[in-house]
Amino acid sequence: MIAFENVTKRLGGKLILDDVSFEVPKGETFVIVGLSGAGKSVTLKHMIHLLVPDSGVVRIGDDVISRARGLELERMRSRFGVLFQGAALLQWLSVFENVALPLREHTKMSEEKIQKTVLKKLNMLNMQEAVDKYPSDLSGGMQKRVGLARAIVMNPEIVLYDEPTSGLDPVTSRLIDGLIDNLRNELGITSVVVTHDLHSALSIGARIMMIDGGKIVENATPHDFIESKNETVKRFLESQYITRRGNWEKGMESHV
Amino acid sequence: MMKVVTSEHQEKMSCLGLPLRSFRRLGRIVLIACHGMGQALIMLGSATLYIRTVWRPRARREVVDQLYITGIKSLGVISVVAVFTGMILALQTGLELRRYGQEEFIGSAVAVSVIREMGPFMTGLIIAASVGSAIAAQLGTMAVSEEIAALEVMSINPNRFLVMPRLVALALMMPILTVYTNMLGIIGGGIVGATQLGVSFQVYLDNATRYAENKDLFVGLFKSLVFGIIIATVACHQGLMTSEGAVGVGRATRQTVITSFLFILIVGYMITRLFYI
Repeated sequence: MIAFENVTKRLGGKLILDDVSFEVPKGETFVIVGLSGAGKSVTLKHMIHLLVPDSGVVRIGDDVISRARGLELERMRSRFGVLFQGAALLQWLSVFENVALPLREHTKMSEEKIQKTVLKKLNMLNMQEAVDKYPSDLSGGMQKRVGLARAIVMNPEIVLYDEPTSGLDPVTSRLIDGLIDNLRNELGITSVVVTHDLHSALSIGARIMMIDGGKIVENATPHDFIESKNETVKRFLESQYITRRGNWEKGMESHV
Repeated sequence: MMKVVTSEHQEKMSCLGLPLRSFRRLGRIVLIACHGMGQALIMLGSATLYIRTVWRPRARREVVDQLYITGIKSLGVISVVAVFTGMILALQTGLELRRYGQEEFIGSAVAVSVIREMGPFMTGLIIAASVGSAIAAQLGTMAVSEEIAALEVMSINPNRFLVMPRLVALALMMPILTVYTNMLGIIGGGIVGATQLGVSFQVYLDNATRYAENKDLFVGLFKSLVFGIIIATVACHQGLMTSEGAVGVGRATRQTVITSFLFILIVGYMITRLFYI
């Protein structure tokens, strides 16, 4: 579905991605983990052409998004929904208007149909009560749920999540994990999640890829990931007190 | 032998070092300025092309909001500055003219100065400092909190969605505010004439209308339109290009005010030269 082929990227003279190649299969939840500044968000931004590689190619299905321009890029981007780290809601629009924005901009739907669609998505995320509120009236977790509603309102094939649980308390984090998992199960969406929260990664990911120093150091199923022999991965697991499979399996059960 | 040549070479280079470094730095500044100006002009061109979408309900609502922010919300400060500008002009000119017993001509001096120069100039500075800085801060905050990226990902062009309404609002409102500034400036001058210089309001107004020409008004209004476009372009460009969090937003805001002031001065002079020499 998404393929990186020998992607290299420098930012401010610093090598951020160094000849990176990987594939995200259709309908899977693919998690990218790593330390801060490892290149996770840069990888995500390449998928939607917010950044372009210095060399290499990024493909979405048969489309080469890294070379797309104009209307072609718009068409490719319409396949995506993105939940940004801080939700990135427009502050002067209400929750309803934020979620309705892509529908109003890109479809000829009647106001009645827009209202129905928006309320349906907000209901899915248990945010129907906040429909008339403004982003500044919402907590971090609520903003992320509204951001998620906006990301899925156009029924995208792929949803990208940039640090969906950062800055949230553990209970809300697990709730967001559950929502991501439900979206994949119910709508068959391909998901790419960037996080440094390993509990979250192990709970929702079908595959987990770790980036360190611009290179992929591991790309494995959750089971293989926690049994990885790679020293960087081991240190990363230990830093979050994940040494046995039991830790994350319990976490997964609690929100399913 | 080699050592001697090397040390001589190094000596020469150290003599040239400072001018070379300064030249290189100057070159870099010029390149950055040209790059920024190019980006801003491309943004302005793109936003201008999107003016055809201004009748869409969402764009219309945004333009009305921006007209309100630019016009109504700036009226208070503009009123005070306009009246006092007229009063200062009348007082300074009147005191000089009194030495020659010609104080009844302050009406013409104030009217011509205000309509040609001071009206558009003062309005431009106030709007750059209040509205321009607010636009840069708002768009800058949106840029650092990824709201601009979110718009791009939703295939909503920021030049259409954010820049065009602000450009239209500033280009429309600047001439209207300039007329308002002109009127209050002339009234302020009249108050000083009547109370401090013994020139009746009727005489003051007669002189003001006799010597100020339609051309002065139209050139002043043209200037204000250009100033509006300059402020919108500089503020939106600085805002959209913001990076590095709160520090970047502060930098964009400051840079908007400084750049707008500089362009208003330079372009104002060029327009005056174009029409009067």
